Amino acid sequence: MSPRAQSAVKLGLEIAVPIGLLLAWQAWTVHAQSQYFPRLSTILVQFRDMWLFSQFGEHVVPSLERILLGFGIAVVVGIALGIPLGFSRWGRVAAMPHIEFWRAIPPPALLPISVVLLHSIGNVQKVSFIAFFCVFPILLNTIDGVRGIDPTLIDTARSYGIRRAARIRRIVLPAAMPQIAAGMRISLALAVIIMVVSEYFSSTSGVGYVLLISKNTFQMGPMWAAIVLIGVLGYLLGLAFALAERYFLAWHRGWRAVNPG
Amino acid sequence: MATRGDVATAVTTVEPRVQRGVRLPFERLKVTLVFVGSIAASLLLWELVSKSGLISETDLPAMSTTFSKLWDFMHTHAFWTAFGQTVRGWALGLAVATVLAVPIGIFLGTNDFAARAFRVPIEFLRPIPSAALIPVLFLTLGTTLKSEVFLAAFGAFWPLLIQTMYGVHDVDPLAVDTARAFGLGRYERLWRITLPGAVPYIATGLRIASTVSLILAFTAELFMGVPGLGQKVNEASSYGLTEDLYAYALAVGFLGVAIHLAMSAVERRALRWHPSQRSVL
Amino acid sequence: MSLSVDDGEFLCVVGPSGCGKTTLLKCVAGLLRPTQGSVLLRGKPVTRPPEEMALVFQEYSRSLMPWASVANNVLLPLRHKKLGRGERKALVRDSLEAVGLGAASDRYPWQLSGGMQQRVAIARALAYQPSILLMDEPFASVDAQTRGDLEDLTLRVREEYGITIVFVTHDIDESVYLADRVVVLTHAPTEVKEIVGVALPKPRDQISTKELPDFAHLRAHVYRLIKREQVAAGEPEAGEPATVTVGK
Repeated sequence: MSPRAQSAVKLGLEIAVPIGLLLAWQAWTVHAQSQYFPRLSTILVQFRDMWLFSQFGEHVVPSLERILLGFGIAVVVGIALGIPLGFSRWGRVAAMPHIEFWRAIPPPALLPISVVLLHSIGNVQKVSFIAFFCVFPILLNTIDGVRGIDPTLIDTARSYGIRRAARIRRIVLPAAMPQIAAGMRISLALAVIIMVVSEYFSSTSGVGYVLLISKNTFQMGPMWAAIVLIGVLGYLLGLAFALAERYFLAWHRGWRAVNPG
Repeated sequence: MATRGDVATAVTTVEPRVQRGVRLPFERLKVTLVFVGSIAASLLLWELVSKSGLISETDLPAMSTTFSKLWDFMHTHAFWTAFGQTVRGWALGLAVATVLAVPIGIFLGTNDFAARAFRVPIEFLRPIPSAALIPVLFLTLGTTLKSEVFLAAFGAFWPLLIQTMYGVHDVDPLAVDTARAFGLGRYERLWRITLPGAVPYIATGLRIASTVSLILAFTAELFMGVPGLGQKVNEASSYGLTEDLYAYALAVGFLGVAIHLAMSAVERRALRWHPSQRSVL
Repeated sequence: MSLSVDDGEFLCVVGPSGCGKTTLLKCVAGLLRPTQGSVLLRGKPVTRPPEEMALVFQEYSRSLMPWASVANNVLLPLRHKKLGRGERKALVRDSLEAVGLGAASDRYPWQLSGGMQQRVAIARALAYQPSILLMDEPFASVDAQTRGDLEDLTLRVREEYGITIVFVTHDIDESVYLADRVVVLTHAPTEVKEIVGVALPKPRDQISTKELPDFAHLRAHVYRLIKREQVAAGEPEAGEPATVTVGK
């Protein structure tokens, strides 16, 4: 097949397959008539009714707030700790056992503890829980990013008499940013998961809460609409991050093209 | 005159009097001491914070209490049963994910038509937090091992799939062309060139997937009451048995660390074996 | 090893590979502390990078910030000097013009060729307005034709701004072409083998200067010194502690 024909077929597949899958989903749910798997069309109608925009403010906004706040705190803490640890070998040795433990423990194991310690299931508990676990991917990537900075760059800055604080702001941070961004991407996805899980466990508002309540009351339509919403949220946040990364780190792609490996 | 070794080091501090580049015999010992000392210090801090009442002991049982509780548990049959159930759920979830993700990943990585066809569905399904499926599983498959394995496998599938696709894609085109010039058939090329090149990526994917699998296996137990450590945590939480709660959390933490160390070791092994580390094709 | 650099002179340092030329330069620049001996700038010891010194490295691409434009790269050292914004912009513009990159100020370093990137590094050093410029094999990674242009640029800059230059190179022709004096180093343990005065007429020119018989003699002389170094077996000598004095 000629290259042009190949391209055309690939484009066609790219459009047709997703549509085909959706139609198949609809067809199957119509045919199966299962109590737990409402028709795709029903789900979409529910989705529009609930999330656009009647329950948006009540549930989507709190969930988004928790994700963004938790993520934001994790970014600040992760970078603030990661930079000095990136420079200090002994700091890393001392911090390693803790980092290794907290990144390996499944976050849900600490959900009940988090509630017990903070005596609440409110926003502070949720945000701090999300922030705590989202620190680690960013922290680790910041450390790696700092360690990987070319010493020539630092020597140049030093030779021009640029002091440490300014060096960190103007050289270390930008140079490590591509690696830090990779950690941020992971943390953002993690934040969504942890948000859902913590709201499902104990909450009075939020998308995870809706998920739980609709399951408990056997409202399949709203339940599936919540599942779809969670998927959409995850996808949109990832997309927003990818776009931001593409803009701010455009220099990195150009630089990499000239300096591969 | 300054020594040669100094040219190579990144200089951000003043050089010490001792020459760099000489491996001090106490290096290993010092590192171990600091590492262990750090752990000891934080455990001590835990004990102090709790015993002193800074955080009340009902909220934060003392370190000594928690560890002794865990020790007691480890003498009970029930604990090890639950432990084994969680390990089983994790292992099966990871196995199912691997059996599905690696072949599909190889297929999508080598067949561009298929890759393009399924690009959009993958992009949409990938970011879905598997935890969102808990209610569906609860209602359909119930509080059984099947639910746990399905959830764990679903979550572990995606990172492994993506990593496998990258790995297969990343094969050195020169190596493939050379093999073709030597008359190797399509499947032989796949087996001898592409797959070995993809192994490190798959190993990384396994490490990531194993973490995800543990989280989801545990989550299934916690929320659905499937037997295992997660269910024990749920019980302890419902009955307000804070000491048990901390002890189980500690146990899960250790399990997580053990799994992470094991998978990282496998990953390192695979990276060493990578064709790029060998001399010539 | 003991060495003095006079105000306003162009001093080249040559020697066999691995004899520590880069280390020497880093010590002079205040980036490394010598394990023995000292560096004195106008009588005062150098403990950290002095304000009046600028350094140009061989690996230009690794010393330029890939996330910043050429203009911002040149601007970086100026941010920490007490200057107004207008003054800074003017300095950046002028130094980029001086190296012939006036049009490239908004591009990124990795979009430029190797020779152009090194010019950016030189422009950056110039904008800083140092009185002393240290250059560590700056043209080694650049192609031969561009090298000639950059050498002439360096001489021009030195004339215009009256800077003292300490120039490390392994290229013998280059060292004789550029220098007022050439310091020839031995292999490790490194010492000063000889200091060769270069009395060639100025302004130097790539074609006519290199045609002069004096050029050929000087070049051959330095070459012989180096060759003997490369062949000679190393004799372990303690060597004197180093004193590098810069400026009167």
